[in-house]
Amino acid sequence: MAATPIPLEAKGIKKRFGDHEVLKGISLQAQKGDVITLIGASGSGKSTFLRCMNLLEQPDEGELIVHNETIGFRATKHGREPADWKQVERIRAKLSMVFQNFNLWSHMTLLENVIEAPVNVLKKPKKQAIEEARALLDRVGLLERADYFPTQMSGGQQQRGAIARALAMDPEVMLFDEPTSALDPELVGDVLKVMRDLADEGRTMILVTHEIAFARDVSSQVIYLHQGVVEEVGAPADVLDNPRSERLRQFLAPKH
Amino acid sequence: MDQLNAWFTQLLAGNAIFTANTLGFYWNGLVTTVQLVFLCLLLGIVLAVPLAIGRGSKRWWIKWPIYAYTYVFRGTPLLIQLYLVYYGVVFFNGIQDTIFWEVFKDAFYPALMAFTLNTAAYTTEIFRGAIKNTAKGEIEAARAYGMSKGLMMRRIILPSAFRRALPAYGNEVIFMLHASAVASVVTIMDLTGAAYYVYARFYAPFPAFIFVALIYLCLTFSIMFVFRRLEKRLLAHLRPRGA
Amino acid sequence: MIDLQGYGPRLLEGALVTVELAVLSLILAVVLGLLTASAKLSRNRLIHGIGTLYTTLVRGVPDLVLMMLLFYGGQIGINMLTDQLYYAFDIDIFINVDAFVAGVITIGLIFGAYMGETFRGAFQSVEEGQMEAARAYGMSPLLAFRRVRFPLMMRHALPGIGNNWMVLLKTTALVSIIGLTDMVRVAAEATKATHEPFLFMLPVAGIYLLIASLSEWGFAKLSKRYSTGFGEASEWTN
Repeated sequence: MAATPIPLEAKGIKKRFGDHEVLKGISLQAQKGDVITLIGASGSGKSTFLRCMNLLEQPDEGELIVHNETIGFRATKHGREPADWKQVERIRAKLSMVFQNFNLWSHMTLLENVIEAPVNVLKKPKKQAIEEARALLDRVGLLERADYFPTQMSGGQQQRGAIARALAMDPEVMLFDEPTSALDPELVGDVLKVMRDLADEGRTMILVTHEIAFARDVSSQVIYLHQGVVEEVGAPADVLDNPRSERLRQFLAPKH
Repeated sequence: MDQLNAWFTQLLAGNAIFTANTLGFYWNGLVTTVQLVFLCLLLGIVLAVPLAIGRGSKRWWIKWPIYAYTYVFRGTPLLIQLYLVYYGVVFFNGIQDTIFWEVFKDAFYPALMAFTLNTAAYTTEIFRGAIKNTAKGEIEAARAYGMSKGLMMRRIILPSAFRRALPAYGNEVIFMLHASAVASVVTIMDLTGAAYYVYARFYAPFPAFIFVALIYLCLTFSIMFVFRRLEKRLLAHLRPRGA
Repeated sequence: MIDLQGYGPRLLEGALVTVELAVLSLILAVVLGLLTASAKLSRNRLIHGIGTLYTTLVRGVPDLVLMMLLFYGGQIGINMLTDQLYYAFDIDIFINVDAFVAGVITIGLIFGAYMGETFRGAFQSVEEGQMEAARAYGMSPLLAFRRVRFPLMMRHALPGIGNNWMVLLKTTALVSIIGLTDMVRVAAEATKATHEPFLFMLPVAGIYLLIASLSEWGFAKLSKRYSTGFGEASEWTN
């Protein structure tokens, strides 16, 4: 029996900025339907690791395999670079990212934001893309905001819109980079609810977050990073409820 | 038509300066000015878009020549640029014998060339500034969704940069309209040229120049009006809804 | 060395005329600009209206047209005035409008309007709290203006003044059209006589660039001085 392809695999990812080594060899494997949560203090490298996976940052060492396709690199005098940018673009289209600051395109309405990449990157017919986009906006509760521009919406609405934009790519894996960190506390709940739905329907997700309770609820695996190294990894019940290291215990301790 | 004519004749009766003849001069001048300005702005944009993109290139041999061009053309008077092109063409040895002479013997084309080079330099810098101010996050989102550089430039960076450049570009359009008055110096009968002709013929500076000033004022206000409307339409995304 | 065919000294004299014209016009423009800004900020509707009319008219009409109107019209206007004086009071005077003076007045008038907008914005950007503090410490209105409002305003006004100066410098070239012998006129005459446009126009363009670059450097230094206490030096472009 042919094994189903693994959506995303990272092996021994290393990244340095100048003299500072941010990632010291991190690996991760996301099977279909996995929800993997990366936690750690700021500066632990968790966001950088996430950004390495769709090559917004170029890893200096290590291997990335997306859906059985290994990303090729070549050495240049500035360090390692992807050998084939077309391949990178193809792979990025399979890994939709949701950003901390939403990053919706400000000159486009919400609907235009959602159909932009499906139409121009995936070359979907516009009519079909609009239909799908409206269904997605309905799902995140923003159908009546379809013609609004990003600046005319609250942060929570923008982030739910950004999730609809990510879903419109029908991604292999969804990457969430601290999606609730820039939101007012009362808006966090709506966004988390949408994300929980996605986890429940079996989406493959990799998530950087500070919402420990949410991570405990939805994750299949939790990875605790410290200074660019994986300190603990395992099921949420093990890592979050029975931390082995003193450092993780302190990190999880309620803060006042 | 006859009625209009009669009305016109009556209006002009007892007026030595604004005869149908001189009004014809002003009208032709208006047409020339509008043609000259419109064409140079159009050609200027065509040049400025690739130049503005190139100005942000990482390669020094693309970036620096463009900067040198905009620096020189923005740092020297348009009048000198006009003289250089006009006399450069007129006094070019042997040009009278070539087919180019047919085009360039009319001062309109050297003037159009000088104006185009001038406005392209300013427009390049306006676009360059707008492109540079594109939100980093929006570019990152475009990359993250698998857009190629070309697609990102076409769909994300340029459309939002053009919108942001609109107010500054509106000023450039008005600036160019006013600057085009120097065309009269190289024998072109534009609006200012017509006014000067009327002044010289009747030795009547006040009517001649005040009349033309009013025409320029109307043109300026029309441009401002058009750009206000455009801004309202295209910058809607920067305003709260319903405002 | 480039052979300027005997036009060298005249070009230099022309350059001097350009610089004198530019500096004197700038001074006039700053004075007019301050007056205009005060007028536009005035609560008196008439004064406010006059200020608005002035800036709107000047900014809606080409510099060259205004220059021709004031230069050619100015002479006739003054002649009409002196004629009146002669008929009415038998006073016989003749005033010849000097091209240089006309040039300074026109350019000063034009850029006074632009400076007015610059200063108005700058005055408005001074927080009232700063002036309140000055009054609270017993400063007279004049002292408060001199020590608090003016320096604070200058920080906001300098980039605009810098821009206006750069445009003004280039506008001086227009006086060659109404007959003033600045360096552009010398170059144009030399070009017509020798059929060598590049020989004369390029050095003149070079002098403009040199003055522009020097001023850019000077304004950068000035703006640094006026931005003390404000994180970063305010940028100015164009």
